[in-house]
Amino acid sequence: MAETLAPSTAPELGQTQGGGEHGPDQGTKRDFLKLVAGSFAAVGVGAIVWPFIHSMNPAKDVLALASTDVPLGHIAEGQAVTVMWRGKPVFVRHRTGAEITEAKAVPLAELRDPQPDGARVQREPWLVVLGVCTHLGCVPLGQKPTDARGDFGGWFCPCHGSHYDTSGRIRRGPAPSNLVVPDYAFTSDTQIRVG
Amino acid sequence: MATGLHDSSFTNPVVRWIDQRMPVFTMMQKEYGTFPTPRNFNYFWNFGALAMINLMIMIATGIFLAMNYTAHTSMAFDSVERIMRDVNYGWLIRYVHMNGASMFFIVVLVHVWRGMFYGSYKKPRELLWILGVVIFLLMMATAFMGYVLPWGQMSFWGATVITNLFSAIPLVGNSIVTLLWGGFSVDNPTLNRFFSLHYLLPFVITGVVFLHVAALHITGSNNPLGIEPKGPQDTLPFHPYYTIKDSVGIVVYLIVFAFLVFFTPNYLGHPDNYIPANPLSTPAHIVPEWYFLPFYAVLRAVPNKLGGVLMMFGAIAVLFVLPWLDRSPVRSMRFRPIAKWAFLLWTVNFFVLMWAGGKPAEGLYVVISRLSTAYYFAYFLVILPLLGKIERPLPLPESISRAVLRGGGPLPGGAAAKPMEKA
Ligand code: HEM
Ligand code: FES
Repeated sequence: MAETLAPSTAPELGQTQGGGEHGPDQGTKRDFLKLVAGSFAAVGVGAIVWPFIHSMNPAKDVLALASTDVPLGHIAEGQAVTVMWRGKPVFVRHRTGAEITEAKAVPLAELRDPQPDGARVQREPWLVVLGVCTHLGCVPLGQKPTDARGDFGGWFCPCHGSHYDTSGRIRRGPAPSNLVVPDYAFTSDTQIRVG
Repeated sequence: MATGLHDSSFTNPVVRWIDQRMPVFTMMQKEYGTFPTPRNFNYFWNFGALAMINLMIMIATGIFLAMNYTAHTSMAFDSVERIMRDVNYGWLIRYVHMNGASMFFIVVLVHVWRGMFYGSYKKPRELLWILGVVIFLLMMATAFMGYVLPWGQMSFWGATVITNLFSAIPLVGNSIVTLLWGGFSVDNPTLNRFFSLHYLLPFVITGVVFLHVAALHITGSNNPLGIEPKGPQDTLPFHPYYTIKDSVGIVVYLIVFAFLVFFTPNYLGHPDNYIPANPLSTPAHIVPEWYFLPFYAVLRAVPNKLGGVLMMFGAIAVLFVLPWLDRSPVRSMRFRPIAKWAFLLWTVNFFVLMWAGGKPAEGLYVVISRLSTAYYFAYFLVILPLLGKIERPLPLPESISRAVLRGGGPLPGGAAAKPMEKA
């Protein structure tokens, strides 16, 4: 069938300008059917594949583990705590006056991912960031008093050497962006809720 | 001969009955019995057979491990410890599987090196070569996911760093990483899917190996001289000549393997993986398994996230196009006075990268990684294309038999090969 049709339509299809004759109509109809059948097949395959792909995305119970409360009362100035939220560490640091001044003094032009300190905190003493290096996801050091804090007094990621400052902003190393500030809110003067 | 039955040459009635209906015996006889094989193989040609054996060992040990392994974050580590202490011979099965992965990479790296030195990737074996690179990629994916299963510190942080590589992709990167994880960090859903895929991929590898061998049996094997056999005087039947030669190699391979398993079972591993995974604390030095180190060094040599990731994948992707980068018509490096040294240097350089990948990413190590990365790519992208134009190869021998049976008369190979034609 296909073989017998092909030679008769091929030369006519060549003259795209011609049109109007029966020959080109025949060719066009076949092309149209092929295109429609092909598109339907593609949509069908997509409709079948998508549920499988999407089944790999976070399930509802995973999404439901939404928020964590962190009491702040016991965190003295200069101290930091790490809490777990959605399987990830969250750093909560009670910054000293010197650390705040330092964070505010940096000219934005010097930053790889320019953000003023004010845009990263809700109340100046409290810096809340995800403890996940924006390079490849290691947990940076700097929470314990004995940890190396890098050249900018914030955190240092040992995996490939990223340095973060006292506002959690990337200053040196391979990480492309600042430590992420999660959604959180002060539920009282001494407690925040993350998520 | 009734129509519809295969004309079998086997005489054993049972074999013949089966072969007439499904000529697998005829096929095996053709592909592994009489298959004409260049007569001048050296021991580098053992490594394909060794890789095949190794794949079977991995599947066999893996299936038995899976009978006692529990893919859950709260139980995986303990189930592996139970395999080590309580399951009868569990320690043996696990150590064979663990060191089997290392042996697999040693064998396959030598196999690939052989292909690069003797120009086996060149026409007409390009597709055969490409299928090989596909196998190599699948092996890396399989080994990576297997290493996550015991759920130690290196499992967890290795999985975190490697899956995060995909976050470097612009726009969709983070969604892809969430999709890979099935959550917001490496966690139980990740472990479960990795186990599922770790079980699946070796069988996918088996399928691609089948295609790899099918392609090989169309083009025939290359050989150390890199010239095609011109006739029966240049070849030997695969059996018994190469079944025997391969058996010798298998014995040596098993000795090395057994030494690793029984005397230094943890030498190639990392002690931190005997610490249960802790999502709140990254080990001070995270290093991947040794077979990933060269590529890890490339990743860290580039000071930019996306750039590093692209270079790392590029280091493998470049192998796919190698047949078109090397324009020299001469296959074997034996006859390429300049390319030979460039390639041997590339080999040394590969080990330098492997060494640098295991060191911290600072100071001199970074400089060395960068220089090594540059040479790794320069060999493929600059040196080989250039040498194809300017290098003057040494004269090639007239035929395999001529070169192998040195001296002799005008057709020594023909005479010597005659008695071997019986099969
Ligand atoms: C291409 C072949 C394979 C490779 C390269 C490979 C590699 C690995 C590696 C590197 C590990 C980690 C070993 C450790 O540090 O403990 C592992 C673990 C494991 N593999 Fe495989 N594997 C292969 C095939 C299979 C197959 C076919 C199965 C069958 C289900 C399997 C089941 C397992 C199980 C259950 C574990 C966890 C137990 C353990 O960690 O020892 N593997 N694999
Ligand atoms: S993961 Fe932190 S520097 Fe790479």
